[in-house]
This record gives sequence, C-alpha cells and structure tokens, in this order.
Amino acid sequence: MEQPVLLEMRGISKSFPGVKALDKVNLTVRPGTVHALMGENGAGKSTLMKCLFGIYHRDEGTIVLDGKEVNFKSSKEALENGVAMVHQELNQALTRTVKDNLWLGRYPKVAGVMVDEKKMAVETRRIFDTLQVQVDPKAVMSTLPVSQRQLVEIAKAVSYDSKIIVFDEPTSSLTEAEVEHLFRIINMLRDKGCGIIYISHKMEEILRISDDVTIMRDGTWVATRPAKELTMDEIIRLMVGRELTNRFPEKTNKPGEVILDVQHIAGKYTRLKDATFQLRKGEILGIAGLDGSGRTEVLENLFGAMTREGGTIKLHGREIRNKTPRESIKNGFALLTEERRATGIFGIRDIRENTVISNLNSYLVGGVCLSDKKMKEDTDWAIQAMHIKTPSQKTQIRSLSGGNQQKVIIGRWLLTKPEVLLLDEPTRGIDVGAKYEIYQLIIDLANEGKGVIVVSSEMPELLGICDRILVMSGGQVAGEVDARNTSQEEILTLAAKYV
Amino acid sequence: MSTETKTMKKSSLDMKKVGDVLLNNALLIIMLLVAIYIAISKPVFLSPSSIINLISQTAAYLPVALGIGGCIVLTGTDLSAGRTVGITACVAASLLQAVDAANKMWPGIGTLPVPVVILLVVGLGALIGAFNGFWVAKFKLHPFIVTLATQLILYTTLLLYVQMGNNKGSAISGLSESYTNFVKGSILSVPVGGGKVVPIPNYVWYAILLTILMWFIWNKTTFGKNMFALGANEEAARVSGVNVFATTVMVFALAGAMYGFAGFVEGARVASNTANTGFNYELDAIAACVIGGVSFVGGIGKIRGVVIGVLLLRLIFVGLPMVGMDQNLQYAIKGGIILFACALDMRKYLVKK
Repeated sequence: MEQPVLLEMRGISKSFPGVKALDKVNLTVRPGTVHALMGENGAGKSTLMKCLFGIYHRDEGTIVLDGKEVNFKSSKEALENGVAMVHQELNQALTRTVKDNLWLGRYPKVAGVMVDEKKMAVETRRIFDTLQVQVDPKAVMSTLPVSQRQLVEIAKAVSYDSKIIVFDEPTSSLTEAEVEHLFRIINMLRDKGCGIIYISHKMEEILRISDDVTIMRDGTWVATRPAKELTMDEIIRLMVGRELTNRFPEKTNKPGEVILDVQHIAGKYTRLKDATFQLRKGEILGIAGLDGSGRTEVLENLFGAMTREGGTIKLHGREIRNKTPRESIKNGFALLTEERRATGIFGIRDIRENTVISNLNSYLVGGVCLSDKKMKEDTDWAIQAMHIKTPSQKTQIRSLSGGNQQKVIIGRWLLTKPEVLLLDEPTRGIDVGAKYEIYQLIIDLANEGKGVIVVSSEMPELLGICDRILVMSGGQVAGEVDARNTSQEEILTLAAKYV
Repeated sequence: MSTETKTMKKSSLDMKKVGDVLLNNALLIIMLLVAIYIAISKPVFLSPSSIINLISQTAAYLPVALGIGGCIVLTGTDLSAGRTVGITACVAASLLQAVDAANKMWPGIGTLPVPVVILLVVGLGALIGAFNGFWVAKFKLHPFIVTLATQLILYTTLLLYVQMGNNKGSAISGLSESYTNFVKGSILSVPVGGGKVVPIPNYVWYAILLTILMWFIWNKTTFGKNMFALGANEEAARVSGVNVFATTVMVFALAGAMYGFAGFVEGARVASNTANTGFNYELDAIAACVIGGVSFVGGIGKIRGVVIGVLLLRLIFVGLPMVGMDQNLQYAIKGGIILFACALDMRKYLVKK
C-alpha cells in the first residue's frame, strides 16, 4: 500500500575533514505521525537535522517536502516553508518578552514601520489558547522557568503553521506533568496532520509517543520500523550493534592500591547530585552517561572548577579540599577540559606559553625571573614525548590540528607531575590516527602509576581503554561496571536509570 | 612548462608574503615615510633640540601607555588613567612646593624629601588601580564601566583637594628646586656645536627605566605570563591554575603605579597644576597602545609596540606643525591612524573562513 509521505530525506551524506558524519542516510516522515530518531551520541542525528535546515550544506542526497524538492539555505527559510525545530539548547532573546520572542524576525507592522503590538498580543493569546499554554505573553523570558520557555519555543514553531516540527530532546528539562502537557500538544499536532520528528534518548517516551522509529549508528541509517514492533532491548541492540575492532592499543596497566576516595560530592549550582567512587593507582576509570547526566560535572567538581556542596575527597587517606583549580593542581590533580577551544588553549599564544603556563613557578630563577632556557627545554620535552607536530615552539597553538592542540594541553598537565589526571572527552574532534596515540598515552600514564579518570560520550572508547566504568544518570551514579565483562547494552540501560 | 608554473607560483607566493610583511608593518613604514618627509622639507626637524624635544614628549606620555597596555591585554581598558595622573600630580606638587611659595598649600610641612613623595604618589596610584581591579575581578564588571565611575569619583576628589589648605583652588605652583631639578634637570646634555648644549631632561631616563622594568615584568615574570594567559582565555587560565583575581587586581594596580609616576613627572613638568592636569591622557595612551598592536582581542601586545605607538602620536603632534600643517587637522589624523591601525591589527587575528 502506497502511504502518503510528507518529508523524505534520501541518501544524505555529509563529510567533515577527517570524518564522514553522514553516509547515505534516509528518513521518511508520514503526515500525522510522530517519527522518532534515535542513536548514540555522535550517531549523526543532529548533523542530519542540520542538513535539513540548511545549517550544514549536505554533500549529496535529496530532500523532498510535500512532493517538492527543497533546498533550504537557513533555518529561517526552512521555517518559512513549514519546517520548524524546537531546540534542545533554547536560543531565545532572554531579556525580551514572550511575545517579542514569538514574533521575532516577523513583527506585524502598522503602516510599514510601527510594530503592531496589539495584533501581536491577540495572536499570541490565540496560539497559547489552542495549545492550552498558560504563559503570560508580556512576561520577560528570563523570568520564566525553562519548561515554560520551551513551551514558547513550541508555540513559535506552531505559529508558523509548520508541517514538520523537529523536537530535539524536548523533555530533558521537564517535570512529569510538563511532559504530559508536551505529549498532549504533540498529539494535537499529529491529529492536525503535522509530521513530528522526535529526537530523544528516553526509550519509554519513544515507545509511547512515536509511530515510527528510525535508528542511526555511526552516521549511517540502520533501520526504520513501526514503534509497535520494537522493544527497548531491540532498540538498544540496533543502536549499538557493532563489534569492537582493534582501534585501541593493548591494555598493559595494572591497577594498584586506592589513592583517591570520593564520597558523595555534589554541585551547588550544577546538576551533579551525588557521586561516590574510588580510584586506584595505575587505573583508568571511565565515566559514561548521556549528555546532561553530570559526567563532566564530576570532573569539574573534583577539580574545584565548579562550586561543590557537601561530600569529601581523600587522597592517600588524607582529606583534601580542592576548592579552586589552583589548590587542586597543588594537590596533584590535572584537568583536561571538554571544550578545548573555550577552556583549554590560549589560541593566540604560542606553543611554549601554552605548555608551561601551569608550571611557571618551577622556572623561576632567583624568585622573580623566568628562565627561557628551562621553559624551552620543558616544551621540547613535551613536543617529543607527545609527538606534537609543530613547526616551532613559537607557533600559535590555534594553527595546530585538534589532536596536536590536545597533546600540548596534556603535555602542559604532565609538566605539573600530577597524580590524578581528569580527562574530559580527550579525543573529541580528533581524527582516528591521533585518537590511537592519545589512547596509548593514557595507558602509558596509568603504567607510570598515575590514576586516570576519563569522561567520554563514546562508549567503545571507554570499553577499549578503561578498567572500570562509572555510569552517571540524572546527576547520580547509576552503577559501576567492570570494563572487561560489560556491554554497551548494560551501560545504556544504567545510563537511562534516572532520566 | 611545469617549472615555469612552479616559479610563477613561487613568485606569486613570495609577492603575497612581501605584501603581508608590508601590511603588518604598514604603520612603521608610514611613520618612517612621514619622518623622512618632514626631515626633507624642514631639515631643522633633525636638529638635536628638535629630536630631544620629540623624545622628551614621548617620555612624558610613555608611563601612562605602559600601564594602560596591561589593562588592554586583559581585554579591558582604563578610563581613569588621566584623572589618576591629575590627582598624583597635584598631590606631588602640593607636597613639594618651595618653602617660600606664595599660598603654599600645606605651609606646615616644609619640603618633603623627593623619594618619599615618589613612593607616596606611586603608592596612591597603585591603590586607585587596585580599587579598579577589585571591582573588575570581584564583580566581573567591565573595566570600561568601573574606570568610568572611578574617573568621575577621582575628579571630584581632585576638585576638593585643590580647595584644601591655603591653596583655595588656585594652580599649584612655586615648586621646590629639588623637585624641579629631579624631574626637569639634566645629567646629560648633547653638545650642538658653538659651545651650545641641549639638555636631555631627567624624566627621559626615568621613562627608559620604566620601559625596561615593564618589559621585564611582561616577558620574564610569572605575573606577566599569567596576564597574557588571562587575556587570551580567562576560563582556560582559571583551569590552568592562574589566580585570576590576584592577577587582575595586580594588572590594574601596576597600571595605577605607572600613572602615579607619570603624575609625579607631570607635576614638575607642567609646574602649575590644576584639577585639569592629566585630563584625557588615557585617550592618547589607549590610542598609542592600539596603534602599537596591543590588541583589544586580548592576550596580545608588546612593550616595543607601546613605545612605537606613543612615539608615532608625538611625531604627529610635534612634526606635522613644523611642515605647516594646520593644527586643527591633527585630531582627524590621529583618528584616521587609530582606525587604520586597528583594522590592520584585526586583520592579523581574524580567522579566515
């Protein structure tokens, strides 16, 4: 039976330097249905959506909307043609009112110049009424809770009379009652004949709300099935479904005695609720979890880069505070941050300064003057030990590749002779060859007796290099598994425990 | 054929390189051309007295620019520099009036030793700077806002100060000889023939010493490296263990100390100080820094650049009138140079897409 099709994305491919992010992906959305798009972090869901909205320019493939081939150049153009997106990260003008945000970019006008405030108010009210949204159109955006801001974003998508609405992790910041409200809205839109693309990690939600499910893995299309025919286990199997090949060096490190004991640390302003774990000498401990599970917060909290509330940290049985990064560094900690460009490198400074910055006091001669010679020697050491490819020490770090930048920062931390290395997404944005070198480096560090904690959103990476894996879910430790006899399925199930 | 295309490619590459070098040093080149033009049309420009005049003026304005440069490296600025110079100049002058000066502001104190007054006004400047730095570091306020506020507060303080004692708001003059000699006296003069000499005022040497000191601080100390790291990426600096609060306060305090010394020199150089001493000095200093490549992008700047920037601005003020350029044009020229310099500067830091 020929089914009507609202949106068809066929054979979409997209490459970035060094990676093929999408490889001939298909997605077909029927009118009046909810189509769930699933896959692990990095499977290519967001990239696919960005290709739909013209944020990325696809390399190949066609997009057909309502029988016509389309080629959007921007999300604005997509919006005007009935394709809207409710973003996970809300991009709103927070200091403006609800109705200003709703009509931003297309204010109704009086006489071509004046903004028609009255019409805006009436229209806003009408849309809110149909969606049963109870938000004051005159309220300033920043005064509203995230859930209400999200409703405004949904109302905006609806107000464009969109045929296709994409929801990207819409429930991550909603309470149960709010989720119910969202589902009522989605059902209403479905009944109107809209096609909904629903991106989420939450299996129960998916199975409840969606009609079709498309599963992606490593940038490829895996399966599209009716939701009725799927079970949670089946979805996980399809999402993971790959064998580990030897993308990882041989694990030679031997964990020794416990050096770090962390009890019940929590973040004061962040979503980390409770983390308890131990780290052994020469051990590589992985931390897994979905985006927003609090895995990054564990490291930043431990390092004093975020404000801690409660809990204790013991190093060699002695309680330490680690209130600021400075103090943590003195205690033998090092943190490789997740966002290399934002919080790792000093882009316009040279390799040498980027290498020595955390270790300056050891280059002082006579207490005031920094010795260029010593700094040069240490930088040379880092360049050789890390295999950093750079024309010279005086090269601006931002002109190096991501992998080499990462090695410079690892070198920076090794110079401080740390005992505990906290590595947050150490291989993010790095090509495959360089990844292997970083893995080797991590194992070598463990071999030297350092304790290493690795946070990663790439599960194979954690399984490949870690001894134990701590799984975070909803800001808490959901479980701890032995990396040798666990599976991605087990980890994914744990990761979904408290979401 | 292939060799031909290769050489063509190579030469076009070389042309591009040469072009880049020319563009990156365009200001220096223009400055040299201007200097040569002035020297040719008015040979007197190259006379020792004219050159020493140019150098002296540069020396007088240099400390303010050296101080403000650090604030700009932190992606900030300092609008209170001029008023800090004003208040330190008036304080220094009022404490170093000759015993027999008419309307001596503080008749009771006699004449203080010069080094004591130097320490006092440099300390006062540092204190004002630390105050700025505190608000910037503690409350994450933009330095523009903080120093706009302190600038106004300082002006009131200054207006009230010159009303104090016996001064009653008049210009502070009648300075002691020890003070005037210390600043404007000369330990070295340049003979110009015919038995005449042109003295090099002492404050030129002080400016050179300060330049060396600042070069050392910027390039050879932990504090200097931390300052550049902080300017380049505050978050990364924090994670790397830089004490962001202390470094910020120190940068502003050091800048304030520089203004304090500039004020000490200005007190004697102007010789008759009012509440208007130092007014708008920060604008010239900021201009000099950006002309010299201390970038508002943050984390970038060289002492050499600051010196060149101050020198270039002075060249315009001193040199162009010599060749009969209308004095009124100097501001437009300065404005043009600032735009041109910053556009060239940004060209270096823009990531080409």
